[in-house]
Amino acid sequence: MEKSFISGRIWVLLDQNKRLIEDIDTDQIYHNAFLHITEVSQMGQYALGNLEGWKDFSKKASPGDVLIAGRNFGAGSSRQHAVGCFISLKIGLIIAPSFGAIYFRNAVNSGFPVLRCQELDELVAKKALETGDEIKVNFRSGEGLNVSRNTHFKAEPMSAVQYDIYEAGGLFNYGKRISKG
Amino acid sequence: MGKTIIEKIIQDHTKEEVKAEKIVWMDLDIRSARDFGGPNVVKNYEEEYGDAPVADRKKTFFTFDLCVPPSSLRYADNQQICREFARGQRIEVFDVDRGIGSHVLMEEGLARAASTVVGTDSHLNILGAVGSFGQGMGDVDITFAFKTGKTWFEVPQTVKVLIKGSFSSPTTAKDLTLYILKKLGTKKAALKAVELYGEAVRGLDLPGRITLCSMVTEMAGIIGFVPEFGDSLKAEIENFSGTIFSPHKADEDCSYSDTLEIDVSGLSPQVAVPFAPDNVQDVSELKGVKIDSGFIGSCTNGRTEDLALASQILKGKKIKEGVTLKVVPATKRVYKEILERGILEDLFRSGAIISNPGCSGCAEGHIGLTGKGEVQVSTGNRNFAGKQGKGKTYLASPAVVAASCLTGHITNPKDV
Repeated sequence: MEKSFISGRIWVLLDQNKRLIEDIDTDQIYHNAFLHITEVSQMGQYALGNLEGWKDFSKKASPGDVLIAGRNFGAGSSRQHAVGCFISLKIGLIIAPSFGAIYFRNAVNSGFPVLRCQELDELVAKKALETGDEIKVNFRSGEGLNVSRNTHFKAEPMSAVQYDIYEAGGLFNYGKRISKG
Repeated sequence: MGKTIIEKIIQDHTKEEVKAEKIVWMDLDIRSARDFGGPNVVKNYEEEYGDAPVADRKKTFFTFDLCVPPSSLRYADNQQICREFARGQRIEVFDVDRGIGSHVLMEEGLARAASTVVGTDSHLNILGAVGSFGQGMGDVDITFAFKTGKTWFEVPQTVKVLIKGSFSSPTTAKDLTLYILKKLGTKKAALKAVELYGEAVRGLDLPGRITLCSMVTEMAGIIGFVPEFGDSLKAEIENFSGTIFSPHKADEDCSYSDTLEIDVSGLSPQVAVPFAPDNVQDVSELKGVKIDSGFIGSCTNGRTEDLALASQILKGKKIKEGVTLKVVPATKRVYKEILERGILEDLFRSGAIISNPGCSGCAEGHIGLTGKGEVQVSTGNRNFAGKQGKGKTYLASPAVVAASCLTGHITNPKDV
């Protein structure tokens, strides 16, 4: 299966002023009250459950959807749950100008696609990306296409390590693959 | 081209040539997991590797600090899951009596200068205080680290921050930390290592360095180092940890992504206003803000020196009626020290609640949670909305928290 492309419907995480919400921390993504849960399948219901304006996200999202977020997405704690909740909902990709360092690693290691895109704020400001649009993104090149508007954008491509881990289906599978060498 | 401190530490742990922004595979000296994340590590490990031994059981630890002893059945279960795995693998557990894992690793000399340490605590970069590269990671990373002793890491760029000027009591390392956080925000050090220089940081003792380095997390930084120090600090750390303190220094010709200056001359006590740790104001701007409760503890301000500072202010006085003060020592060693030095008694007589060591409210542990409408002034490191309950948390030094608990409103310690 070709894994270097993904296409899906986007959710743009805007605040009341129609700007991308920045610094969304892991407590807003997945509150610490539910950290005792260890089954990924149970995590989806709490996704964005503590983020003002988006608490019903888990009910609105469909498998394959793409999340567009502001800079420093996933700041804060190290909880894997904050990635697991999106895997649980079968979200296809998260794009943000930047991510919390641990969050980014957690996503990569889970084989969950995350891409950085510096021009995201600008794209959102000029309404080149709006909730409901269908987009297609190439992980290797970073080339993005807004299918609904037939406009293009550019994200940073995955690094070789990130793509290899994603392609293997996560860090564990990748580790087994390289140890067989 | 010379190397920065983080580049040197990583270079010690990999055969690949290290430079900023390159991803390398590095060896890990210590791999740890807590009662949060730990059960997920066990689950991952058993699913992926069955009962295969960890890479090195003597470099692998559990540290229970989140909800200790457990106040809910789910945490009791999760801790037992970790204990049973640890017994099977013959891994040491620092159990529910020991306190905050990052501090225990420093006290035990396991996290030492120039070492690499990972765990499921996002504040593990606090270990920069002793010159160690500590890094919080998720449970997948930690599972992999248990099994292989390695991790991939993108070598961060380093930003050099020169702290100019000096300050005096009642301003503390926490006020300095909050002020630096105010100036750097969550952007200027984001995803970077930070090297802090200058008179005001050179003179910091170990607890002060712990406070400062702990909040590099809130700056969105990877790790913070305070490379310059006097002879007293070397002796202090060696006595504290029972290990030789020999940290790396940056090369003269190393490359920084940015050099910044922050002037802290005559700095007053600082307070972070809800709901962001970098939303920092001078204590004078918050005069009259009424509080319901105070909290002294956390990995940021839970050392003996922090509690001693609070007890100096509280000794012989009574906390304002209607205000509760919650004190949580960072570790069992701190508990022993405050007991033996009479600090515990002074705190108790002033009306404070003193709990057993741990992380407490920062992670929905025992004490430090707020109800809707409650205003708390805390020595912790985060005041995000909803983090410690539905109330509002202001972040401040142990001195400001103690003074505020005497008056019932946010107070400069010099006014009590």
